[in-house]
Amino acid sequence: MEKNSEKISGSEALLRALVRENVDTVFGYPGGAIIPVYDALVDHLHEINHILVRHEQGAAHAAEGYARASGKPGVCLVTGGPGATNTLTGIADAMLDSTPIVVIAGQIATDMIGTDAFQEVDFTCVTQPICKWSYQISNPEEITWAVSRAFFIARSGRPGPVVLSITKNAQVGMTEYQPETVKFIRSYDDDPEIDITRIREAAAAINAAKRPFVLAGQGIELGWAHEEFRQFVEKGCLPFGCTLLGLSSMPSDHPLNKGMLGMHGNYCNNVKTNECDVLIAVGMRFDDRVTGDVSTYARQARIIHLDIDPSEIGKNVPVDIPVLGNCKKTLAMLTERLVKVDRTEWIDSFRKYQEEEYDRVVRKELYPESGPLNMGEVVDAVSEATCHKAILVTDVGQNQMMASRYFKFTEKRSIITSGGMGTMGYAIPAGIGAAYARPDRTVCVFMGDGGLQMTVEEFGTIMEHNIPVKMILLNNSYLGNVRQWQQLFFDRRYSFTHLENPDFQILASAYGIPSRRVLDRKDLKDAVREMLQTEGPFLLEACVAEEGNVMPMTPPGNSIDNMLMEC
Amino acid sequence: MENTVLYTIIVHSENFSGILNQIAAVFTRLQVNIESLNVSASSMKNVHKFTITCNTTAKNIEKILKQINKKMDVINASCYTDDEIFQSEIAMFKISTDEFQNWEDTSRLLRGYNTHIVEITPEYLVVEMAGSSDAINSLYGELDKIHCVRQFVRSGKVAVTASPLEQVSDLLSRRQERYKDRLQ
Repeated sequence: MEKNSEKISGSEALLRALVRENVDTVFGYPGGAIIPVYDALVDHLHEINHILVRHEQGAAHAAEGYARASGKPGVCLVTGGPGATNTLTGIADAMLDSTPIVVIAGQIATDMIGTDAFQEVDFTCVTQPICKWSYQISNPEEITWAVSRAFFIARSGRPGPVVLSITKNAQVGMTEYQPETVKFIRSYDDDPEIDITRIREAAAAINAAKRPFVLAGQGIELGWAHEEFRQFVEKGCLPFGCTLLGLSSMPSDHPLNKGMLGMHGNYCNNVKTNECDVLIAVGMRFDDRVTGDVSTYARQARIIHLDIDPSEIGKNVPVDIPVLGNCKKTLAMLTERLVKVDRTEWIDSFRKYQEEEYDRVVRKELYPESGPLNMGEVVDAVSEATCHKAILVTDVGQNQMMASRYFKFTEKRSIITSGGMGTMGYAIPAGIGAAYARPDRTVCVFMGDGGLQMTVEEFGTIMEHNIPVKMILLNNSYLGNVRQWQQLFFDRRYSFTHLENPDFQILASAYGIPSRRVLDRKDLKDAVREMLQTEGPFLLEACVAEEGNVMPMTPPGNSIDNMLMEC
Repeated sequence: MENTVLYTIIVHSENFSGILNQIAAVFTRLQVNIESLNVSASSMKNVHKFTITCNTTAKNIEKILKQINKKMDVINASCYTDDEIFQSEIAMFKISTDEFQNWEDTSRLLRGYNTHIVEITPEYLVVEMAGSSDAINSLYGELDKIHCVRQFVRSGKVAVTASPLEQVSDLLSRRQERYKDRLQ
């Protein structure tokens, strides 16, 4: 037939398709059902850097970290069966946090499927509820289409994880290489039409507002709408608070930036949420950690919600003016229609609550005069020493809340944390991913003693590649966040939250990772300096107060402005 | 408890494998039972149509629709009240003849409904009926009173919309038009 057409294996087609999608880094772990792809990979190492992780969960989180830091889809390559199921936590995590990753998993040959063959798992079926699209490639001809569609879906619209299972026969079967580019899927509206009437209504509501308050979500980062957002809030003199994932959407020191929202957020924001007359939510989803009791959340305000995902609008709180669309466009259209209104008095009214929080919480946390180290002062020291320019990666729990409260940001795409799933063990692999995405930036990874031990095997990955992640262990010998809840709401009955820990410095040294332990406040700055000056990875173990608490805190189920300042 | 209502949901999707599973998972997640389900081809090439009924709250139905619509290969999911659709269902009854005292009674009973007799044997007859869910329920009720129903089966409800506009084909052509720059 076609004499010129070269036949290549499905595995080779897969790698060419990945290169065509500008994939330069893959986090993976080989196994029986993916060996042909790994074999073909050997011939592509000049264009694809493969990072061998130590557990597939690590590969998925590393892909997430890579995606969050770079804005490009992260790629993870694993075998079928247990290799595939080990990525589930990362896939679900990426779904809740709108992180574009593509997970490519091997699968047994089509004619074996359904026979309970070795390492057979129906991965497409298992992943469908927790990803944006899951597809099984069953013959080599589908590969280029499926790969292009996968990347298009992962990165477009509201980003998210995509799963491709590739059967063994598709990997080894021969096919002609036919490059494909999917740019449109008729069942998928990735750039929804903007309703100009809604824009006008929203602009009129904002212009008429006496006490407007803006909620800045990760949608700003995902839509690369940083500049549009800055112009929007500046022109309208609109104070704003950030969600956990939206923290680096604007510099922390911007005069209109009032800090974080929610359960452990800044007091002024939660008070003002329930005082404002117009609440403008941009690319955020009214998570229960942001709203507290929804029945008392911003009931007095007209709510404007800008989001690209129609299923988010009205999901958790009733919305008065929905503005569907990519916020890069909708923000610009709104800004055009804003009039400058002097809102100095309203903006100044935040200060009283900022001062109260500073006096009752922040000062004690950051500048204690005696006692063991506080988590907050360690975070502050690291942020300060990096001139607030680093990428912050956190694990989950008290370390996450302390880091998000006290780390400061000057650059976009600088917070990488598991917001929706709250996945312990996220930090180390996500930090690895971030380090590959942005070799030009310092990556500071905060974790607790619990989370570190969930993915500690990735020390091996760090060692092998000498990955320059600056790891800061806030060691309190507790699963601190659960302990805090047990202290506050379960009468101090500490049920299985104390951890008997290994010597983390010895552990680090086994992997050749330099480390330092800090117990004393006076050594903190020097230790941070040493960490940052050391080439390559470093583990800084800060032994912090065992029963330190993250304050302020809205007790679960309470109105969001009902914050405890001390306990 | 909030009031529940019987909703009819019509979903149009691409003809890929695994979509029913994804749609069903939305109901599982919200612990809503599907009352009836029919899947068939539609008037559009390669577009499949699901007609689903379920009893649920207004709040849940909104979530269900948005979550189904969010599935990558679902083109559209909408829900309708009875006055917005024409609907029908088919039922089949296998009736034992022993319980009938005389043929006249049987015949009178069946004549009151839109039935037709598929098969008659000395032991049983098979009756087919097309009509509304209520009419089918009613005939079942009468036959059940005299304990003669050996087998009973009903298809899922099928429905077409009453609106003069063809929502799904319009949506597809509008979308095609909006994204035409990308398609060059």
